[in-house]
Amino acid sequence: MKTGSSQTHARTSIGRTQMKLLEKLCLASGVSGAEDEVRDIVMAEIKPYVSDLKVDALGNVLATCGNPDRNALKVMVAAHMDEVGFILVELEEGGFYHFRTVGGVDIRQVPGKAVWIGSKHTPGIIGAKPIHLQEAEESKRNISLESMRIDIGGDGNSSLKPGDRAVFATPFKLSSGMIFAKALDNRLGVATLIELIKSAPKKISLKAAFTVQEEVGLRGARVAAYALQPDLAIALDSTPAYDLPDPEGTENTVYNTRLGDGPAVYLSDSGTLSDPRLVSFVARTSEKYGIPFQFRQPGGGGTDATAIHKQRGGIPSLSISIPHRYSHTAVSLASVDDWQNTLRLMKATLSEITAEVIRVPRP
Amino acid sequence: MKDVIQKLTETYGPSGFEGQVRQFILDLTQPLDGITDAMGNLIIKTGEKQKNGMRIMVAAHMDEIGVMVSHIDDNGFARFSPIGGVYARNCVGSRVRFADGTVGVIGMAKPESPDKMPVLEKFFIDTGATNRKNCKIKVGDTACFERPFTQSNSRLVAKAMDDRVGCAVMLEALRRLKESPHEIYFVFSTQEEVGLRGATTAAYSLEAEVGISVDVTVAGDTPRANHNAILLGSGPAIKVRDSGMISDPRLVKAMTRAAEKEQIPHQFEVLEGGTTDARVMQISRAGMPAGCISIPCRYVHTPSEMVDYNDVENAVKLLVAILSHPIKL
Repeated sequence: MKTGSSQTHARTSIGRTQMKLLEKLCLASGVSGAEDEVRDIVMAEIKPYVSDLKVDALGNVLATCGNPDRNALKVMVAAHMDEVGFILVELEEGGFYHFRTVGGVDIRQVPGKAVWIGSKHTPGIIGAKPIHLQEAEESKRNISLESMRIDIGGDGNSSLKPGDRAVFATPFKLSSGMIFAKALDNRLGVATLIELIKSAPKKISLKAAFTVQEEVGLRGARVAAYALQPDLAIALDSTPAYDLPDPEGTENTVYNTRLGDGPAVYLSDSGTLSDPRLVSFVARTSEKYGIPFQFRQPGGGGTDATAIHKQRGGIPSLSISIPHRYSHTAVSLASVDDWQNTLRLMKATLSEITAEVIRVPRP
Repeated sequence: MKDVIQKLTETYGPSGFEGQVRQFILDLTQPLDGITDAMGNLIIKTGEKQKNGMRIMVAAHMDEIGVMVSHIDDNGFARFSPIGGVYARNCVGSRVRFADGTVGVIGMAKPESPDKMPVLEKFFIDTGATNRKNCKIKVGDTACFERPFTQSNSRLVAKAMDDRVGCAVMLEALRRLKESPHEIYFVFSTQEEVGLRGATTAAYSLEAEVGISVDVTVAGDTPRANHNAILLGSGPAIKVRDSGMISDPRLVKAMTRAAEKEQIPHQFEVLEGGTTDARVMQISRAGMPAGCISIPCRYVHTPSEMVDYNDVENAVKLLVAILSHPIKL
């Protein structure tokens, strides 16, 4: 055991700089297909540290760092920049916009929320009928998407147009080691990948992909993996924690992940069976470095790994996610410790991994 | 071949964990050089492409449906999530076997009403543990359904007949194939049951000109079965269509001509629900003509999948007949 290097990695921490960056990333608008604001932040942050920096045809940011040797192990780490949100479809008189959702948004969580629209973050509200005016029966019904509007007040802002995206207008707050923000899925992953680039691994060639359109079907990762042709890949994402007490008082057996238990290593979701060689390697690494982790419960869902592992002749892939509660809603909640441990686990993994890990056949 | 079918079906190999099946096939095909790729597919090449020959990918999948443990509860019961098409109605009373040999029984919570089948989340695996600590099974462990191979007259019954019987057909064809103008890649594929994933990447790598899969299809000859014309014992079925692909009509004709010429009994398959590796071969890269030889099977995705041995024999004959001669498309 190389205790020396373990200690180095144990110092990896989330400080003020990292938190400021996460705040900036979370406050940026980046609904699928319109990731520009996030992309600009990413480009500015990583530019001094990478070679081959490019934005591909779909808008993915691709960059290389680490070992410049052509024969070095090529490890792709993907983090999607996009978030779920809304898209304006039609203006009605008086500044009311019809809209549709982009990505997986629970319609029941939408009424009554404030939004920021377009590149200027124009404020709007998805209004709902005040309780004073409701009939008793009304309060029991779900409000349909068709009946909702984004209200920007007045006569409407002429600079907004159909196609403009809107995001939940949620401030970024830090309290008792917890982060309260919108779009933690997946700005946490983006911020982590930026950190990984800034202290690039020595032995491997890190192929970083800040991907687009994950929330609408893993579209960016697909072409990114095809272009980068890595030897193996890790999708760095955020996954729901539903570690709440069971309403019936029995044991909660379907929590997906638990806040505070560390990075969530995927075993299986609806699109990927994680490469078992990578799963056990990461588990061994976490033990060696004393970094806590949890397995995300096998089940549904999917990450960029789904698209990546089937590219070309097959790419051994794994997902590691930072748990957060209330995913895809106006505000989610993540633990700073989980984020820090994810960063530590990723750094340890990238510094330890060798081609040997995938040279043995899958079990 | 029966012996091989028995061994193949009794081997452990849920999707993503096909290593034991692959090792069995590797041992059986010595001294041929099998290549294992990134997804765990086993690829065995035979023959060189002659003037009138083609590059052909033939695929049968090694994986079977199974379960993956998602939680060990306070009392040592293992909760699980399905790998592939696992149906609640087939689970009650089933046994599962883990990679290390541990066997568990599947039980379920009391149904909310007698005529309502609970969802899989309400099922659990009982391995004899009494608390979380003494449970040998961990989150992430995978298991296959457990049921010994048996036979009755010409019927063979086993778990994982889907698609180990296809693997057996390919192995036997590989053994019997003497002269061929083709360069043939026998692909024992992985992760078919979860989305044809192994065949997707193998098809990309191999860049074949023709793709043929060998898989089971649902027989429609049991009481009040789904309506289809597939009968057990009436020969291998040449796939015309399923819910994921339309076989290349030229390949369907070529297969039919080969069957007629060799007087091999055969039938035609139109499958309403389900698909096979040929689907992803067909749309790989710039596309290739693809089709499938299907072995009729009853009780698909239960631990007692039944095929007729004559169909299996005839599937081998048909595959050998197709691969032995130039394919005119």
